[in-house]
Amino acid sequence: MKRDIILAGVGGQGILSIAAIIGTAALDMGLHLKQSEVHGMAQRGGDVSSNLRIADKEVASDLIPRGKADIVISVEPMEGLRYLPMLSADGWLITNSKPYVNIPNYPEIESVYSEVAKVHRHVILDAEKIAKDLGSSRAANVVILGAASDHLGIAFETFEKAIRTIFHKKGNAIVELNINALKAGRDFAAKNSIL
Amino acid sequence: MQKLLLLGDEAIAQGAIDAGMSGIYAYPGTPSTEITEYVQHSREAKQKGIHCSWSTNEKTAMEAALGMSYAGKRAMVCMKHVGLNVAADPFVNSSITGANGGIIVVVADDPSMHSSQNEQDSRFFGKFAMIPILEPVNQQEAYDMVAYGFNLSEKYKVPVLMRITTRMAHSRAGVARSASLNQNEMSLPSDLRQFVLLPAIARRRYKLLLNNQDAFEKEAETSAFNRYIDGSNKKLGIITTGIAFNYLMENYPDRVVPYPVLKIGQYPLPRNMVEKLCKECDEILLLEEGYPIVEEMLRGYLDNSLKIKGRLDGCIPRDGELNPNIVAVALGMEDTKGLDVPALVTARPPALCAGCPHIDSYVALNEALSTLPAGRVFSDIGCYTLGALEPFQAINSCVDMGASIPMAVGAADAGLIPAVAVIGDSTFTHSGITGLIDAVQSNSPITVLILDNGTTGMTGGQESAAQGRIEALCKACGVEEEHIHVLRPLRKFHEENTEILMKELAYKGVSVIIPRRECIVAIDKRMREKEKARIAEQEA
Ligand SMILES: Cc1ncc(C[n+]2csc(CCOP(=O)(O)OP(=O)(O)O)c2C)c(N)n1
Ligand code: SF4
Repeated sequence: MKRDIILAGVGGQGILSIAAIIGTAALDMGLHLKQSEVHGMAQRGGDVSSNLRIADKEVASDLIPRGKADIVISVEPMEGLRYLPMLSADGWLITNSKPYVNIPNYPEIESVYSEVAKVHRHVILDAEKIAKDLGSSRAANVVILGAASDHLGIAFETFEKAIRTIFHKKGNAIVELNINALKAGRDFAAKNSIL
Repeated sequence: MQKLLLLGDEAIAQGAIDAGMSGIYAYPGTPSTEITEYVQHSREAKQKGIHCSWSTNEKTAMEAALGMSYAGKRAMVCMKHVGLNVAADPFVNSSITGANGGIIVVVADDPSMHSSQNEQDSRFFGKFAMIPILEPVNQQEAYDMVAYGFNLSEKYKVPVLMRITTRMAHSRAGVARSASLNQNEMSLPSDLRQFVLLPAIARRRYKLLLNNQDAFEKEAETSAFNRYIDGSNKKLGIITTGIAFNYLMENYPDRVVPYPVLKIGQYPLPRNMVEKLCKECDEILLLEEGYPIVEEMLRGYLDNSLKIKGRLDGCIPRDGELNPNIVAVALGMEDTKGLDVPALVTARPPALCAGCPHIDSYVALNEALSTLPAGRVFSDIGCYTLGALEPFQAINSCVDMGASIPMAVGAADAGLIPAVAVIGDSTFTHSGITGLIDAVQSNSPITVLILDNGTTGMTGGQESAAQGRIEALCKACGVEEEHIHVLRPLRKFHEENTEILMKELAYKGVSVIIPRRECIVAIDKRMREKEKARIAEQEA
């Protein structure tokens, strides 16, 4: 088993919080893992990505070979498109629909959506709105993870457990919010996966 | 014991905590910063009384570590690659003084310049100083190499360089810990003049270093970090250094390479291993994460004895970091790629945070300079370097930390008057002060802006050595008090601030303007830490 995952977003959007949950779940399953992160300059509102690799045998490279990623998880729609060269032909693009506009020449959002629609296997969702309806838009990243959760080779309960491990210090309400967010994301994807 | 999931940087820090390190000295710099931060936040390090502090710059960090080594204890110094330029004087001389307690200099290189001005390869410096170099292939080796490196350093009484690169520093993997060692007791060098580099002593010490070169090579020959992995197909032999080995393995899913491979993790190069590979194989492929250092050595000046493929013949790009695809192509395998990036995807360069104090400083400076011809603002390295980009386009240089003030002085000497220097508070104490003393000495017609956001913003908000003392430091450097102004960089003070700037630009001597407002990310971090402390208190 192996899953090569690209996490994408804009510096400050907290893509590493998604990596932390997947990483905790993978370790819990006794899988090997390598996770290359972006620190430094690009974190000031630039485009950022992380290579997360999990497998049942030792992972060699910290970087995923181009065209071999199983899934791109993006918290921003244009940023998801940036990593299409990394994605394998039957890979999934799971992306938030809400644009993060911090540049003057951000493209027309409808054309961004139509590029997303061209990807053979994709899910696009308004994670902020789904999270807000559950109580707080801060759980948006977990909604997106939920939408990806069926494709990561890790049982859903293991993700739930990882969320409990990571958030338990912040109290029960936060744990429940994030577990509901994870479920909502999974349910959305189950209903709206374009194959 | 369960494996810890650690960044390469963190593995080194944990390795040092477990290997009996007594102190760590560093100046922040991507991708090295997390080593020191890990020690800072480690409860174990606190319990063990490990000294941990940010130094004013890399040179003072290196010197403090050397002092700790003199007193018999194990010390680590951390910096980014360009930091070693700043620390070069003590670094190179420390190979002559030698060490007493073990000393490891960790330098993090940044091939592809993700967050740097260049991609210099620190192995050159290690070779130049003629000391052993360690270069881990993965996080576990990074951890293990620290204890090994301290022992090696104490065995030969010489500092050891540990070189890592961005993808090692900032990638996480599982690391198994070893038993924790005690710290050394304090003990002075047996020869109390070991560190006195008067020519007569230095000549003796240098000979000792030269005499040790063979022993360093023998260590590399038997080191577990250098491995000769035989392969049946001798048409090609492959040498990998550092993490390049991983990119090679990635291309063989069963992890069996048909060719002989020499994996290098410790220098000087193990001559016998290299010789064996070169003798047995028709061609040699060099996979180096960094400059073609080993490649140049093997080619030699005339480059006519062996068939060598690498960065110098275009088999591998001359610059930038490696990746699995580059290695695949070098091996004659098929390149892989998904869909093209859609044309509408635009670049998203980093930018100053909304609400950043530097924004107000640049808006005021641009207006104050609007009546003068453009091209007179020398700047420095920090978040404020982003003032070079749209919409400010406010600065004309960024070379190395501290360069802004001396460059303004030189340009003013050439007739560019007024010349302006823009420097951050941490950069000012790092290496800006000496430039200011020069400026005062020659009464240069320059205006210096010291952007005081109370933190070292670019590298994630480490405390700044200047905290609350910038005016006093400037005064002590000899800047006249009436030409030192503290401003509040806020939109509501824009007119007032612009006016002060214009007045000082007209002054034919050294003025210092200090726009002071805290970095908003630092405020946010402070608040979050306060909240965390409050919750912890509540729980207790
Ligand atoms: C010799 C050297 N050491 C370290 C760095 C990494 N570095 C770049 S900017 C910076 C800090 C800048 O802090 P400050 O001057 O206060 O400006 P701010 O980012 O807070 O605006 C550091 C440590 C470097 N580029 N060169
Ligand atoms: S981190 Fe601080 S200093 Fe840097 S751009 Fe953001 S607000 Fe400005």
